[in-house]
Amino acid sequence: MSATLNTQPGGQPAKAPQGKTRTDRVRTARRGVLPLGLARIGFEIRLYFRSTDTVFFTFLFPFIMLGIFTAAFSAQGNIGTNPDGSGGISVGAYYLPGMLAAGMLLSGLQNLAIDIAGEKGDGTLKRLGGTPLSPLSYFIGKIGQVLVTGILQAVLLLLVARFAFDIALPTEPEKWLTFTWVFLLGVITCAFLGIALSALPRSGRSASAVVIPIVLVLQFISGVYLQFNALPEWMQNVAGLFPLKWMAQGMRAVFLPENFAAQEQNGAWELDLVLLALLIWLVVGLVGSRLTFRWIRKDA
Amino acid sequence: MTTPTPAVRVTRLSKSYGDVDAVTDISFDIQPGETFALLGPNGAGKSSTIEILEGYRDRSEGDVSVLGEDPQHGGLDWKARIGIVLQSSGESGNATVTEQLRHFASLYPHPRSVDEVIAAVGLESKAKTRIHKLSGGQQRRVDVALGIIGRPELLFLDEPTTGFDPEARHQFWDLIRSLKAEGTTILLTTHNLDEAAELSDRAGIIVGGRLIDIGTIGELGGPTARIPLVRWRDGTGAVREQRTDTPARVVAELAAAAGGEPADLQVLRPSLEDIYLGLVRRHAAETATSPENAEVLA
Repeated sequence: MSATLNTQPGGQPAKAPQGKTRTDRVRTARRGVLPLGLARIGFEIRLYFRSTDTVFFTFLFPFIMLGIFTAAFSAQGNIGTNPDGSGGISVGAYYLPGMLAAGMLLSGLQNLAIDIAGEKGDGTLKRLGGTPLSPLSYFIGKIGQVLVTGILQAVLLLLVARFAFDIALPTEPEKWLTFTWVFLLGVITCAFLGIALSALPRSGRSASAVVIPIVLVLQFISGVYLQFNALPEWMQNVAGLFPLKWMAQGMRAVFLPENFAAQEQNGAWELDLVLLALLIWLVVGLVGSRLTFRWIRKDA
Repeated sequence: MTTPTPAVRVTRLSKSYGDVDAVTDISFDIQPGETFALLGPNGAGKSSTIEILEGYRDRSEGDVSVLGEDPQHGGLDWKARIGIVLQSSGESGNATVTEQLRHFASLYPHPRSVDEVIAAVGLESKAKTRIHKLSGGQQRRVDVALGIIGRPELLFLDEPTTGFDPEARHQFWDLIRSLKAEGTTILLTTHNLDEAAELSDRAGIIVGGRLIDIGTIGELGGPTARIPLVRWRDGTGAVREQRTDTPARVVAELAAAAGGEPADLQVLRPSLEDIYLGLVRRHAAETATSPENAEVLA
């Protein structure tokens, strides 16, 4: 165990790397914002899957809820009716769009709000703020982590739905196109809202207590756990102010039969409104993140 | 002969939080390659000062230049030239020691070798352990490793050896000496006066937000503070002390007078700790008796 480091010849301040090993690559300039951001993504994803809390309450939660709903309500028979008057769709098929929307909210908003509040609380952000890491690279890392874990979650959820719950998935390419934009726009919007919301908890320890109730209430009023068309109109209107309702509606447009559109608030899927609502919330998230994010609270 | 631009220049720095003055009118320079220690009791303003130099806090008054730049506006290229070991860390640390260091190395333009730094802080056997599973002292070594991985020109060490066992402390001292040999400028705060005496070329003492003394370790407290003390027990059993520049002669006279060995004879040279405590106590006594400061202390 040697407590010394290689010194430069002549004892001059080190300007160039030396003693190259596997982990010591020669670099003459600071790496750019994007390469560092991409490096952060890998680091972030690795840490995501090492956090038991995150894996259970963010990644696996939609799977568990889908299982519970299917087990609890399947005995009551199918939901809705087909155009020909036959027996509608299975409970699992009905809840799948809501669980996909919930996964987007959890992977984006809940995950980042708790994660970043925790990093603020335990000094991680303060330490990073003392390094030549651009906040932009840090954001790229977080958004990338949300995208990769969110996509993985959605793909696994679809595979489980198809092969474990025997739910038929759409075959029309335009449905999958809708799925792609609703998913990407929704999950990125949720990620920025999560960064903005991370400013709210006063400490890392109180983060879950602040964030989870918000996420839970949204899920109840937005048609994730309860059938949206069974909710009173005022509650549907309140839900319409928040993004989750629109993500769930967009997902229903993809995965429910066309005739189910009649059960929507205005009798149609209203994908143009879904796009508009999510874009507005994306701007809110971007502005909120930009305004509230600090490596540390100066002079607190 | 030209004097080099100081690595750190602090001119009439003041910092207040609301009505509370944390730092008042502090000035000092640190030369390139120098190791400078800031000493002082808890709450004296050391951390406020060092965090202003690190760019974490904005100053209220005065001028500060760190590596030629104002840390309040220090960009990423400036941050690439400094290394920071914060006073406390509590990262949950799901990354292993190697992963964390490798990642931080990737942030800097010319980092040190990860394996070399892990060896230098004595964590080879823990390289693949997740940081949250390490002991407090081992986590502190990770903090030190993260502070030096970017090969900084200027290293800030805020109470770096808290929680170190004596062996780890000596190993850390060797590491700092090798950084010094490499030309790294170091600003250190510590409560361990031995550490300050071992490592630093110069030190400043901050009490109540003011710099009350500054100089080489040998100069602190002024020349009289280092006059040796002869202590013995006289014939009546009372402890006697005499400050003298000629302790050998005093001892010889004592021996002659006592007609043999004086009881409990000691010749004491004041340590840095004695001098430091003397300065801090004297300052506390002065501020307590000065009416203008009486209400501040109340």
